[in-house]
Amino acid sequence: MTMKQTPSQTVGPYFAYGLTAQQYHYDHGQVAGSQLVRGEVQGERIRLTGKVYDGEGVAIDDAMIEIWQANAAGRFNHPLDQREGRPLDQGFLGFGRCGTGTRDDLSYEFNTVKPGAAQDGHAPFITLVVFLRGLLSHAYTRVYFEDEGSANDVDPVLNKVPAARRHTLIARRSETGTGVEYHFNIHMQGDKETVFFDV
Amino acid sequence: MSDMTKRDWSSHPAFISPEYKSSVLRGASQNLVRIDPELAELTGPAFGAEALGPLDHDLTRNGRVNGAPLGERIVVTGQVFDEFGKPIPNTLIEVWQANAAGRYVHKRDQHDAPLDPNFLGAGRCLTDAEGRYKFYTIKPGAYPWGNHPNAWRPNHIHFSLFGPSIATRIVTQMYFPGDPLLAYDPIFESTPAGARDRLISEFSLDVTEEGFSLGYIFNIVLRGVNATPVEA
Repeated sequence: MTMKQTPSQTVGPYFAYGLTAQQYHYDHGQVAGSQLVRGEVQGERIRLTGKVYDGEGVAIDDAMIEIWQANAAGRFNHPLDQREGRPLDQGFLGFGRCGTGTRDDLSYEFNTVKPGAAQDGHAPFITLVVFLRGLLSHAYTRVYFEDEGSANDVDPVLNKVPAARRHTLIARRSETGTGVEYHFNIHMQGDKETVFFDV
Repeated sequence: MSDMTKRDWSSHPAFISPEYKSSVLRGASQNLVRIDPELAELTGPAFGAEALGPLDHDLTRNGRVNGAPLGERIVVTGQVFDEFGKPIPNTLIEVWQANAAGRYVHKRDQHDAPLDPNFLGAGRCLTDAEGRYKFYTIKPGAYPWGNHPNAWRPNHIHFSLFGPSIATRIVTQMYFPGDPLLAYDPIFESTPAGARDRLISEFSLDVTEEGFSLGYIFNIVLRGVNATPVEA
């Protein structure tokens, strides 16, 4: 290797008009938002929602969450993934971004689809990236689904996580009047601290 | 399938840096769980020219209402590389910053300095085939913040980059050479001592445009990825 990585820095409190402008009603475009579905899409439509808590259990109002995931067939919308048995889905973006400062309850929410397992023997999951004021380097975690119990039990990544902490990676499913919702809170610290990955 | 270099924790700040007070309750406190990158981490969103507006690379023009923004016009350029020294083409860079008076457009910025009706302070660009980028803006001002008595942030521009995958993603801040506030800034100082200088841009008379803008060079290095397509 010939060059050293550029250090990370916090997004600070004022990322909103740079990264999530339309969501926060600024007069500037944005490249991604909370809708990952555009038109017809394969698979089960879901909402992924939750809040981000600090070490005192206070909901954080200046966090930005990004998600990246496979489509319902387990295929990533990226040149590296050329698997023909898992078709791409024109209606599905795979990437989303949401700030926690626009909703009264400080939650984030994505409209997406439940991903398929991206590899045999793995459970379906969503990669979730946390940015916030006070966080000097972004943090990676994964959202697994509570109704995938048997797949979760054998998932090689979940099995690297100490058993007592695995529950922090499991989203809770509920059927609401407006669709299927998975609830996934993120705790930066404390006895419920979310497992973050060094990938 | 692929090799990816690790996040180099000797280059990045620790999650908790007590001098930066917000990090104390907000940084992860437990050890990260190490996993090998899979397809999920080796892939990521790709953005093309369709993501950009015609003035997105020019913050001196993209927020104009009735004239030019106030302040010192600058041009910022550089190259995005991976750790192997390979340029990273076609990657999205998003930037945001305070105006010349040290005030953000952001609704929560309560600093008692003027907003500039002609400056938004946000833009974006793509790197070209050689990993180069360039944008025009106004040199951001310093501003006070509540971290400690007489705390002022050094002049800085926020950068957000993707690189080829979600694992190469980074948010950073570009600082300016010779800024006396750097030594007092707990966010800058949270960076390991040997890595801090990589956050400081270089003034360049070669990049400076005659009669128009002062020039700064800020090169950015992302994690390295050697990837081959997965077919099945």
